Amino acid sequence: MAEAKRVHLVDSTLRDGSHAVSHQFTPEQVHSISGGLDAAGVEYIEVAHGDGLAGASYNYGWPAYSDEERLKAAASAIKKGILTVLLIPGIGTQEDLNMAIDCGARAVRVATHVTEADIGEQHIGMGKKMGMRTFGFLMMSHMVPPEKVAEQAKLFESYGADVVYVADSAGAMLPEDVKARVGAVCAEVKIPVGFHAHNNLSLAIANSIAALEAGATFLDCCCRGLGAGAGNTQTEVLVGVLKKLGYETNVDFYRIMDVAEKLVEPIMHRPQVIDNASLMLGYAGVYSSFLLHTYRAAEKFNLDPRDILVELGRRRMVGGQEDMIIDVAYQLAQQKGGN
Amino acid sequence: MEKIKVAVIGPGNIGSDLMYKILRSRYMKMEMMAGIVLSEGLKRAASLGIRTTTEGIKPVLEDESIKIVFDATGAKPHLQHAPLLKAAGKIAIDLTPAAVGPYVVPPVNLHELYEAPNLNLVTCGGQATVPIVYAIQRVAGARYAEIVAAIASKSAGPGTRQNIDEFTQTTAKALCAVGKAQKGKAIIILNPAEPPIIMTNTVYVEVENPDEKAIRESVEDMVREVQSYVPGYRLRVPPLLDGHKVTTIIEVEGAGDFLPKYSGNLDIITAAAVAVGDRLAAKMLGKERPEWQKRSASI
Repeated sequence: MAEAKRVHLVDSTLRDGSHAVSHQFTPEQVHSISGGLDAAGVEYIEVAHGDGLAGASYNYGWPAYSDEERLKAAASAIKKGILTVLLIPGIGTQEDLNMAIDCGARAVRVATHVTEADIGEQHIGMGKKMGMRTFGFLMMSHMVPPEKVAEQAKLFESYGADVVYVADSAGAMLPEDVKARVGAVCAEVKIPVGFHAHNNLSLAIANSIAALEAGATFLDCCCRGLGAGAGNTQTEVLVGVLKKLGYETNVDFYRIMDVAEKLVEPIMHRPQVIDNASLMLGYAGVYSSFLLHTYRAAEKFNLDPRDILVELGRRRMVGGQEDMIIDVAYQLAQQKGGN
Repeated sequence: MEKIKVAVIGPGNIGSDLMYKILRSRYMKMEMMAGIVLSEGLKRAASLGIRTTTEGIKPVLEDESIKIVFDATGAKPHLQHAPLLKAAGKIAIDLTPAAVGPYVVPPVNLHELYEAPNLNLVTCGGQATVPIVYAIQRVAGARYAEIVAAIASKSAGPGTRQNIDEFTQTTAKALCAVGKAQKGKAIIILNPAEPPIIMTNTVYVEVENPDEKAIRESVEDMVREVQSYVPGYRLRVPPLLDGHKVTTIIEVEGAGDFLPKYSGNLDIITAAAVAVGDRLAAKMLGKERPEWQKRSASI
């Protein structure tokens, strides 16, 4: 083929990356980073609380600034790219999506647990009606077999989604798992398919490539790999790797490296590495956003965070159940104290 | 013993569970089950010797002896039913999201609503969490209340799924309107684990006065109140204080009348509806107890 294959990138530094800074991004930071991403040629720039619109809560953490303030800051900096938001039905509502549209959002990713796509029908419908690009986003896809992921992807397609995503929210998949799921979805739907990785098992780049090989054309990434758990696929690394593989992203390699080094790195709270608890997230298949909440609960109840994560995995908790970290920690502490 | 005749409109899962609970009532007689097609639910009711109809609300309106009507249809049908029931002088106990009448959470505000012709049961999450918010608020003040309700995927029907925003918005409103928090937020999670999880509810309250002992006692009292009509309502994690933040976790196991036990979310709303109906029926029969003038759900 003479023409390079096109890969569409969704940079989520300012959404999934928000977990890694406990949702403390300021409008100034959002303005400069989204402006930098836009100038580097990133197509979709996602901005929201880590847990999506209206994630501001005791359960998921209080952001320093509102969704509205951060979205407006991004909208004023983005010239070519598409300002994108994430909405988890059950947390955010259509009212929140309206606010985001008023702020300039032009794409919405409706994220549900991999078996629950039907709770997102309303929100996809609303996004379509308002002229947005709409994505169905199936979280925790590692928990069910490929046929089930494909069945749910098809539901999102039937609601009118323009793109459907397989999300490895726990960073638990191996490349074969990714290929099986993305391949099954590609065989089932006519719309483009995307993949969202977490780096808990140090496989984010490898899994993203596996997804492309299985037919995906959209990939998620974050500068410096910022994100929940051990973080996401590192944008600037992905751009370099895709270049070497002969894919076209329209992203300027040097410029995106500069955004990562000059704008994102200085505001990071901690190095984005695979520490033991992050590794356990991937190993036990636990939602990556649980990480920092688990550290806090482990400290409060004097427990090993790994024990909490293993128990959460055993109970098959899904995304959004951060409250169960307290429940597990309390029960484990009672057991320890009682014996 | 004399009983007040009642009808259930909507013979689906909720309506059938209501029917079994009403059959055990001391003050209510399950007089009629109304639907619009000859469904399994109607056949089930008929097999128990209950009058059934496929003509919807009409035969219910025409029967003057029916005093209380449980509506387990949907928001749109209830908007039509509500004025008809009111005109016919019947009390409507509304389990749909229509919310024509005021929200009722039995141990919190039933005693204030005896005269209301139409009472709305909020949501399952509201029935599970508003009592806790109120219990904390009455001793410590509540600047903000946030709840996370996790239910088994299998117990969330198409009505909830296609209109999930309604759950979060209605529950949040009730945290303030009935629970008396100054601000409210509600989150719902569907978990598909097998075997199905039982309903868990986490209640976070930002209090004005973090008096641990008073909060704990008030919550424990309230849990006993709710247990009087929902036996599977349990305190899983007692109020934990962290500065002004109070975290409490409740679990709700269903009674297994018609719906499976993991459907505590459905059980708590049907049980609350029947508790409301029982109290109103007892009052009509002149069997009101003095303690009911106060805040108490116990029958």
